[in-house]
Amino acid sequence: MRLLRLKPGHGEVVLAEGDVEVPAEEAALIEAFRRELDAGMWAAVPTERRDGRREAELVKSFGDVPRDAERVIFFPRAAGGAL
Amino acid sequence: MLLALGAPAIVAAVLLWELSLPRLRVLAPKLAAMFTRARERAARDRQVDFDPGRERRAERRARALLRSCVNDEEWSMYRDLGFLRVSGGGAPHGNPAASYAYLIYPHRPIVAYLPQTGALLNEYCVAFPDHSRPYGSTRLPDADDVLAKWMALTADERRLIADANMHLPGRQLDPEQVRDDLARLARWERGRSAWPEDARATPKESARAGTADPVRAGAKGVEGRERVAHARRAASSVPAR
Repeated sequence: MRLLRLKPGHGEVVLAEGDVEVPAEEAALIEAFRRELDAGMWAAVPTERRDGRREAELVKSFGDVPRDAERVIFFPRAAGGAL
Repeated sequence: MLLALGAPAIVAAVLLWELSLPRLRVLAPKLAAMFTRARERAARDRQVDFDPGRERRAERRARALLRSCVNDEEWSMYRDLGFLRVSGGGAPHGNPAASYAYLIYPHRPIVAYLPQTGALLNEYCVAFPDHSRPYGSTRLPDADDVLAKWMALTADERRLIADANMHLPGRQLDPEQVRDDLARLARWERGRSAWPEDARATPKESARAGTADPVRAGAKGVEGRERVAHARRAASSVPAR
């Protein structure tokens, strides 16, 4: 699993990468996940349905992330735009 | 006369100075700190000047990520038209029976419209500002902004719409421009459905497969000319508004 973050002026950056079945690597992933959520980021997991439809799922804790997810994408939370 | 006016003026100035001195003593350190912060901010901004090369590399990375997240049709739509369409209410993407849909533009409002009639419903102004300003700006690359909107819309449409500022069409986007975009989208879909299955792939995939979008690639030969003519006939059968 890879944790990615969308970043201005750069594109995505890899925050952490590891196997969720390896306890040490999972702990590192959880720590990075919490750090981003504490920084106010939203976390989304891109998914694909059986019918081929692509969509995303917002997750609020590492426990919500499907174990077989390849990546979690963090991005700044939405704010109302120009008034 | 001059002396009569000048003497009280000097006395008044001295009195004012004496009265304001304690306040100036309090304000001076604050003003100095304010100027120091302004100088530091200016220095920081100078360090992260706009770099077109860096922005181009960022956009290239962002497009690759967007392409890996959305399906082939959506990616081709963004690549060819510069926006994405997402069906509203959880309907499958591109479903013509969807009651409403959204157009996602980079760094512009999301536009809700009725696919059946093309009527524009609302503009939803929403941004994803990164206040850490890693390179002096809060703005994500264009494709990342589209991806963020796509992820938020497909994951939790209600939440994104609740966070956005809603306006009637025409607040930021020219409604005529949006209608033109809808007409372009309809032509694009007609043209795409007319292409052979292998020509719908992205240019890189097409190149690998030895095919390409017949119109964009300027197909050669009788077969290529027939494919181009077929695609153009299909595209021109949808009248532009």
